[in-house]
Amino acid sequence: MVSPGALRVVRCGGSALCGARAVYLLCASGDFVKVYSVSTEETLRLMGGHADLVTGIQLNPHNHMQLYSSSLDGTIKLWDFMDGIPIKTFTVGSKLLALYTLPSAEDSVFVVIPKKGERDTFQLVSVKLTKGAGQDLEGRELSVVLDGVGASVKHIAFGREGAYVVSVKDVNLKVYFFKRKLLNRFSLSTVKTKGGDNRFSCVVCHPTEDCIATGHADGKIRLWRNFHHRKEYTYSTLHWHHDIVMDLAFSVEGTRLLSGGVESVLVQWHNESSCQKDFLPRLGSPIEYISMSSDGALCCTLHTDNRITIINSNLRFSRSIQGLIKSRDVKTGLVVDPRTKALVLNGEPGHLQFYSLQSDQQLFSLDIVQRQYIHQADLKQSDLVKVAFSAQGTWLATVEESEEVTDPELQLKLWFYNEEAQSFELNTRINTPHDNHITDMCFRDMDELGDDSLILVTTGRDCVFKVWVMVGDTDPEAQQSVSWSCDFVGSYHNYQATNCCFSEDGSLLAVSFEETVTVWDSLTWDLKCTFCHPPGNIRKICFGRLTCSKYLIGATDYGFLCCWNLLTCALEWSAHLNVVVLQPDPLSEHIAAVSWLSKESSLFVFKPNEPRPIYIQRNLCKEKILLAAFVPRDEPEMISSEKCLWLRKSQLFFLTDTQELMTLSTKSLEERLTPSSKQLAVEESLPVTPFSLLLGKHRRQQAQEDIDLGKPVVHHKQEQASPAVKELLHTPAHVLPSASFLCTIFINSLLISKENKSAEEVADEVEMESEKAEDGSDEEDVPAMEQEDTSHMELLGEMTCKLSKSQEKELRKIRKMDYSWISAF
Amino acid sequence: MAAYKPVVVQACPKLGERITQDTLYWRGYKTPVQIKEFGAINKIDFSPSPPYNYAVTASSRIHIYGRYSQEPIKTFSRFRDAAYCATYRDDGRLLAAGSEDGSICLFDVSGKAPLRQFEGHTKPVHLVGFLSDKYRIFSGCDDYSSNLWDIPTATEIISYSEHTDYVRCGCASKVNADVFITGSYDHTVKLFDARTKSSVMTIEHGHPVESVLLFPSGGLLVSAGGRYVKVWDVLKGGQLLVSLKNHHKTVTCLCLNSSGQRLLSGSLDRHVKIYSTTSYKVVHSFNYATSILSLALSPEDETIVVGMTNGVLNVKHRKPEEKSENPQKKRQPAYRTYVKGRTYMPKQEDFCVSKPVKRVLRKYDKLLRSFQSSKALDAVLEPPIMLHTPEVTVAVMQELHRRGTLRSALAGRDEKQVNLLLTFVARRVIEPRFTPVLVTVADMITDIYQPVVGQSAIVDKQFLKLQEAIGKEIDYQEELLEVLGMMDTLFATFTKKKDTCLEENRSNGVTEIIETNTNY
Repeated sequence: MVSPGALRVVRCGGSALCGARAVYLLCASGDFVKVYSVSTEETLRLMGGHADLVTGIQLNPHNHMQLYSSSLDGTIKLWDFMDGIPIKTFTVGSKLLALYTLPSAEDSVFVVIPKKGERDTFQLVSVKLTKGAGQDLEGRELSVVLDGVGASVKHIAFGREGAYVVSVKDVNLKVYFFKRKLLNRFSLSTVKTKGGDNRFSCVVCHPTEDCIATGHADGKIRLWRNFHHRKEYTYSTLHWHHDIVMDLAFSVEGTRLLSGGVESVLVQWHNESSCQKDFLPRLGSPIEYISMSSDGALCCTLHTDNRITIINSNLRFSRSIQGLIKSRDVKTGLVVDPRTKALVLNGEPGHLQFYSLQSDQQLFSLDIVQRQYIHQADLKQSDLVKVAFSAQGTWLATVEESEEVTDPELQLKLWFYNEEAQSFELNTRINTPHDNHITDMCFRDMDELGDDSLILVTTGRDCVFKVWVMVGDTDPEAQQSVSWSCDFVGSYHNYQATNCCFSEDGSLLAVSFEETVTVWDSLTWDLKCTFCHPPGNIRKICFGRLTCSKYLIGATDYGFLCCWNLLTCALEWSAHLNVVVLQPDPLSEHIAAVSWLSKESSLFVFKPNEPRPIYIQRNLCKEKILLAAFVPRDEPEMISSEKCLWLRKSQLFFLTDTQELMTLSTKSLEERLTPSSKQLAVEESLPVTPFSLLLGKHRRQQAQEDIDLGKPVVHHKQEQASPAVKELLHTPAHVLPSASFLCTIFINSLLISKENKSAEEVADEVEMESEKAEDGSDEEDVPAMEQEDTSHMELLGEMTCKLSKSQEKELRKIRKMDYSWISAF
Repeated sequence: MAAYKPVVVQACPKLGERITQDTLYWRGYKTPVQIKEFGAINKIDFSPSPPYNYAVTASSRIHIYGRYSQEPIKTFSRFRDAAYCATYRDDGRLLAAGSEDGSICLFDVSGKAPLRQFEGHTKPVHLVGFLSDKYRIFSGCDDYSSNLWDIPTATEIISYSEHTDYVRCGCASKVNADVFITGSYDHTVKLFDARTKSSVMTIEHGHPVESVLLFPSGGLLVSAGGRYVKVWDVLKGGQLLVSLKNHHKTVTCLCLNSSGQRLLSGSLDRHVKIYSTTSYKVVHSFNYATSILSLALSPEDETIVVGMTNGVLNVKHRKPEEKSENPQKKRQPAYRTYVKGRTYMPKQEDFCVSKPVKRVLRKYDKLLRSFQSSKALDAVLEPPIMLHTPEVTVAVMQELHRRGTLRSALAGRDEKQVNLLLTFVARRVIEPRFTPVLVTVADMITDIYQPVVGQSAIVDKQFLKLQEAIGKEIDYQEELLEVLGMMDTLFATFTKKKDTCLEENRSNGVTEIIETNTNY
């Protein structure tokens, strides 16, 4: 099970390779430390080894290729982040909440640990890192520096050259001077003036001067000076933020101060005292952390929605690294985009995010609400609540509503996928489609029929369900366009409609009205029959698929799972199960049901035609699972165990109420991690040269042609070609024949080969192969080379055949020659 | 990082008819001129030659009207009884008319007494027309016969008695001088060739034929009778092309426009419908006060003349084309200034840097971007925006409400501004698309300015107006609900039968269905 955790602490790392330029971005993410490339935004390394959340990372001040990380599991690890290798592990023993390093402290680091025997009290201690051999070392030599500090990383800062340490907590500021062993305490008045709240939220120290900047909960920034004296200290105030200052950062020279908060605006203050400031507005979501790179060229902000924004030193947005956005409440549910197989759910406010599960990356974010988002507390924002895709992914329906309880402002929008623009375009907007909240929405997905069979059904709390159809423009002289309009409004005894679902062939529509499930004919919109299983309202319904399409499954909130047979209109079976999630697999007849019983979630996978589940996983997780989705696999996975066969075609993902995304995997953790890192290595070893660019271009072109021709033969060849060329590139140069000879062959290989070899050519090839068999005896010293060469022959086809026999012999002669003397140079 | 998103102004699609090129064209007529005639107008015919006078046949007179005259410039009144179907010859110099007593008179347009009189019919002659060789006249009579007359000798050339009921309409082919068509109350349309002794073709219309029309090409035939207008392909032997049923009473007259692209039909249901002759769809329709008997369109569609059963002649003239050409044309910058630097083709090794596109924001958007709520509201309360695009004003109000700053934006205004605001609200609050927002705005205004009520007479008046508008709207809504209730009861009586069969399904649960199944 994987749980991509929230990103928390981030530090920019300067690489030794390019001197002053920042190349890597290091970030603590869940139990891992991630290394991103600044230029390509790609994840280069995933360094795992901690058993719990990573709470702090710091570059080793004495070696910029090394990194310290601390974790809640009580260990500090020293890493070589270039290669992703753990060098040393120091076991401290208690939970580590923050980590600081100082260049002046040779062999010790500072950590925040909870004070023994007291709850919610923390102390800053310095840990002496023993220089022993071996990997696992003890770091038990603790000396307390400060008592009663805040638990957050942002509450402690080290001053210029490590001369003092500053800690803030509530309204108190403590400065401890290492040399003089002097502790100065300052406190602000606790009286809340004008509703202001002057508690400290963060603290940073000026890199060159004796100056402390503190952020406050009421949005003020105070700059403290002259704090060596207990009485004669001074401070000046900067005020722009209207709400809590989340983080502060000084530039490397200390001339600029950056601040950020919930407004999602990065503010740059110049010269501290004057009010001259610059803004970088609309960064998307509240800023959590700000970090400067060691050379001062880049700055990055970490946002609450799991995103890192990289910003140039002249306050220009550069690029962003986006993971899965965690919104407060996933109202849309987990939906799978049929086109990209991406998981679709609420993203940033008013947006829909398309999240690729394979690459753990956001593909794109679609703006649905199309309104400026105002970051302000207790503002009624309209947000996305329902999403549905048509079977082909050509149509997308979204419902947005404002959070007002009484008179919700509803909008139903229908988006059409534009092939040329490669994105969804708004087709129809329907204001107030229902008088009350929309509870469910589904498309009639019929693959084989045309677009005109597409039907959208929405159910609302206003006791009706509505059927929306596409209508073409009837005006002969106007341009051809389609729009959506309401076709049918159905209701049942004035009960609230809660769920809707189409059968697999699209002929039946099931709509649940509180306690009753009604089944409608989708052609005539006649009520066919009703089912109910009193007491209790229907919570979820779904139709069976494939061989089980004659069954209708329903879950009631009274703790029953029922299966009705549509042919006999009778209850087939029922089970006592408090189902919270009911999810059918689109590619098989399996249905997954997640139950919630007294603080544990259990998973049951069953087929509707037999009441006995085929797979049970009790105690899936401690949290309540809110949503689930089957994501089709690209290719069916080989699964040996009988029990997990249902996972063959698609993968099951869950979202818990703590907003964690989980999946079930048959492989162990190591197995899953290896392929990705291997792949990275291969990609890494290909240097960016004009040659590789040319090669890439050629490949793209060929791929394009494949698509244009649409012939499987060509495609097959293409697949053969790419590894062969790759191998040619990867073979060490000293075993290859001279470049002047290879050049023509290689250039020829780049030409588009004819699709059909004539019979004559094939015969020629056979002859050549037999010849090769003769010569096989004296070529055994270079078997790998030979293999590569034959593959080359096959792929190059006619080109190689045209080589005369004499050339062929020459080639062999060249190959037999010893080039090992080259390696001496 | 996202750019500022402008306020979304809700575009409301216009309800009712769609504005097309046709609507614009056919709306381009002035208010009609009404002329009272002595009886029902059975025929209007435009002279094919300038100045395009038209002959109106009503009762026992034929009036000739000039293009813009409201008084007849000439009158033929030598008929003992009713006159019918006064028709111009192709050159516009002769006029023929039938009469109640069975005689056909031929007039010179400039003269007064008839030049010729054709005797032979025994019953009223409702149809007279010239063949396209100009020397022959065809006629249709209530004695079921249709005759062909020679003008110079005033003798009957041939008489066809093939119809079995009154012959009431007909027309001559413009392409062939020997071909003419008659339509009769015996539901048929017959095509005659003067060279043969009998009809060449018979088309069954299915209803008493009131009017027939040949397309200028002579290939298509349009017949009107009953509620139907039918188009036939003559060259394919009278195959039905299309049957139009757009009127709800008998169609009485047909006419083509000058370009032949549009077909007009007038009916007793007081409508004139205009069809496209390519798609045969109604592209426009006119509404008249009483039932229409006759209809004519002048060359170039300059005038539409419609005759009614109550003897009113309705004349519509086309509005003159607006002359938008400004003689003093402002000197434009030379072509060179536009293409300056744009014709440069980058070379292959050039590195192109595109200029960032400048986004143009409206004034209120700029103010909203910098959170100046009150000023943004001021910007949309300016008369041009407020009067012509009220949806923009309302959208900005909604946006302010969403941001929670609407109250502060509305507060602190002087008498003039409050007056402006209240005028807008009172006028627009009853429009359904604005109601939800403007009700909140009205609420807030009354809340904010409650303490100062009574200090200004103007503001007080506006408050009263607002109250009145809302009160009226509530009354309307109540009435509408009553109507809806009535309609529901009516519909309920219609759908009763279906309900019972549904009820049967609804009442049975799972087990009961099984029971019904076993019963069968």
